[in-house]
Amino acid sequence: MTAPSIPAAICAALWLGTSAMALAQQARIDVPMLYLRQEVDLPPVLSNLDPQPEDLGLAGAEVALKDNQTTGSFLGHDYALTVVSVAPGGDLAAAARDAFAAAPFVLVDGTAADVLTVADLPEAAGKLIFNVSAGDARLRSEDCRANVLHTIPEDAARTDALMQVLQAKQWRKLALITGPKPADQAFADALRRSAAKFGLTITGEKPWTFDTDLRESTMAELPRFTQDLPDHDVLLVADPTDDFGRYVQHNTWLPRPVAGTHGLHAEGWASVIEAWGAVQLQNRFEAHAKRDMRARDYAAWLAIRAVGEAVTRRNTADPASLRGFILSADFQQDGFKGRALTFRNWNGQMRQPVAVVNDRALVTMAPVEGFLHQRNETDSLGLDQPESKCTAFGR
Amino acid sequence: MTRLAILLMILALPAHAGEIWITNEKDDTVSVIDVDTLEVVRTYPTGERPRGVIFSKDFSRLYICASDSNTVQVMDPETGKILHDLPSGEDPEQFALHPDDRHLFIANEDDAVTTVVDTQTRQVVAQINVGIEPEGMAVSPDGKIAITTSETTNMAHWIDTATYTLFANTLVDSRPRHAEFTADGAKLWVSSEIGGTITVFNVADQTEVGKVRFEITGVSSDLVQPVGFKFNPEGTKAFVALGPSNHVAVVNMTTYEVETYILVGRRVWHMAFSPDNSQLFTTNGVSGDVTVIDVASETPVKSIKVGRFPWGAAMRPTKSQ
Repeated sequence: MTAPSIPAAICAALWLGTSAMALAQQARIDVPMLYLRQEVDLPPVLSNLDPQPEDLGLAGAEVALKDNQTTGSFLGHDYALTVVSVAPGGDLAAAARDAFAAAPFVLVDGTAADVLTVADLPEAAGKLIFNVSAGDARLRSEDCRANVLHTIPEDAARTDALMQVLQAKQWRKLALITGPKPADQAFADALRRSAAKFGLTITGEKPWTFDTDLRESTMAELPRFTQDLPDHDVLLVADPTDDFGRYVQHNTWLPRPVAGTHGLHAEGWASVIEAWGAVQLQNRFEAHAKRDMRARDYAAWLAIRAVGEAVTRRNTADPASLRGFILSADFQQDGFKGRALTFRNWNGQMRQPVAVVNDRALVTMAPVEGFLHQRNETDSLGLDQPESKCTAFGR
Repeated sequence: MTRLAILLMILALPAHAGEIWITNEKDDTVSVIDVDTLEVVRTYPTGERPRGVIFSKDFSRLYICASDSNTVQVMDPETGKILHDLPSGEDPEQFALHPDDRHLFIANEDDAVTTVVDTQTRQVVAQINVGIEPEGMAVSPDGKIAITTSETTNMAHWIDTATYTLFANTLVDSRPRHAEFTADGAKLWVSSEIGGTITVFNVADQTEVGKVRFEITGVSSDLVQPVGFKFNPEGTKAFVALGPSNHVAVVNMTTYEVETYILVGRRVWHMAFSPDNSQLFTTNGVSGDVTVIDVASETPVKSIKVGRFPWGAAMRPTKSQ
């Protein structure tokens, strides 16, 4: 990839003095972006220890905006971010239509259905939309859209990363506890698929059926609840809304590690990532948001940075031309995870390492060494081209 | 290599006694390696997270970027005592000493500025706004130009040292780490860690004139990540640390082609030549050691255990010959 040189005019002008003078001589490029969020009423959970931050996702976009603006200040590129947040039950489509005119680049923070609602609006045809929150496989397969790219890893990439670690450790016999919500079932499906993909066996499963507040009786109830599971090396938990999972670890009948949504888990980003310059991003984020950076914050950061990287390299804000560049082999982006990040040109998913972590430390960054792929080792994570039913990208 | 061969090699060396000083980022120490015995002979405590390291021209002072202490420390290499701290701006990572032997140009990684410090008055002379995560620093041999690379903005920022203002900003590939001027000052090399390249600029007009690319059989291309590098004194070869690929590339400085790859320790960062330039010492962050490369044969001859996460390296000739 060759770096386009900055026009000589800008260099010469900067030599003369203030950057304002310089930039006056260069056609400025405006890069308006939109953060479109569908708010949801979160279901009640047993513990209130870790409430979801109000600015989840958005804070990452704001940090990336500042990053882009700094780069843009040297190139005459003006980045702006409009935030539209729709109250629970509000009309997302109407809000999107109203806000669309302002911005060709749109981040959507919502469910898979919300992403499709926005992407399928007639006004969305020429937009470049980034899904920063929905990990559903269908958005990368039969329900993919040509105008939607995904910076949040698909659930399957996260469960694949976890299974690579378990396989590498030869912890191959698994048991699974699944919560009652549809999201729990979907995550359990992803775990089952990944277990099969990497040759691990789920020896037994139990649905989570408790409907009482267990918090003061976990030590009495949970050992018995897990006692009749067949022997296993690792106990998987599927509880993405963080309802009961935290109470399973250290309360099991057998002394077994917990993995899945709790214990050992796989994320696009986590506060325990330190290497590859990550501390710098963590520090910038913490200074801005006064809290740790989470996976959705990171996905939003990546989306804004992808726009920034593309505008920087191509010196244009035309969404169609930038879409082509972002999906090409020439595009690459740094994401503080030790490998260049690119996009899969058959379904719009960003190709990225996945962090397999516990609450205090990084265990490893997947793809795990030894899991090979004919094209790119990171494609061992998530839906690969032959598995994806996506046709909207013409490949 | 056998012990006998090493012994013969050492005996064959001309008398250029010296030391390699290594910063250990996760131990808050510097390790001192004797280039004759290839052993660690002293270890001194430093501030927190020492990274960039450089000697004054007469080697009487060692400057250390103590990143998490937000200072540049000045050490007496004869005693290992910290003489004083210099105001450095926040999170100093790398720096370059101006040919006047007086002004340090410091990249402040968390602050998007380059700080210029007068080592005599111990005052900040200037702060220059640059891109996000400034990292690499270089000053041209004639002292007229300073370079800061910014890792997230992906630029080399060209600073006029007479006015402390930017006069050019040139894009490079993703995550630029290190910058060096060639000895004649005509070319500037900038490594891009995630981009996996080195961009070569013509200094006179800041145009790109070459690109170095790397490819190691059996290593995934996205793990071949150029970081620190050094030119040999003849100006014919560049030795380039390739990070997690655990190799150092030898690059022909005329053709920009890689001539060979040398296997070293894990996650190789930076390097320093011995006083007679016959040996090259590389810091290997993950394996916690230093690889000694015999420059003539371009082969590794020894690993020396140092502290945790060795990062920077600087050479000091010693008088005892």
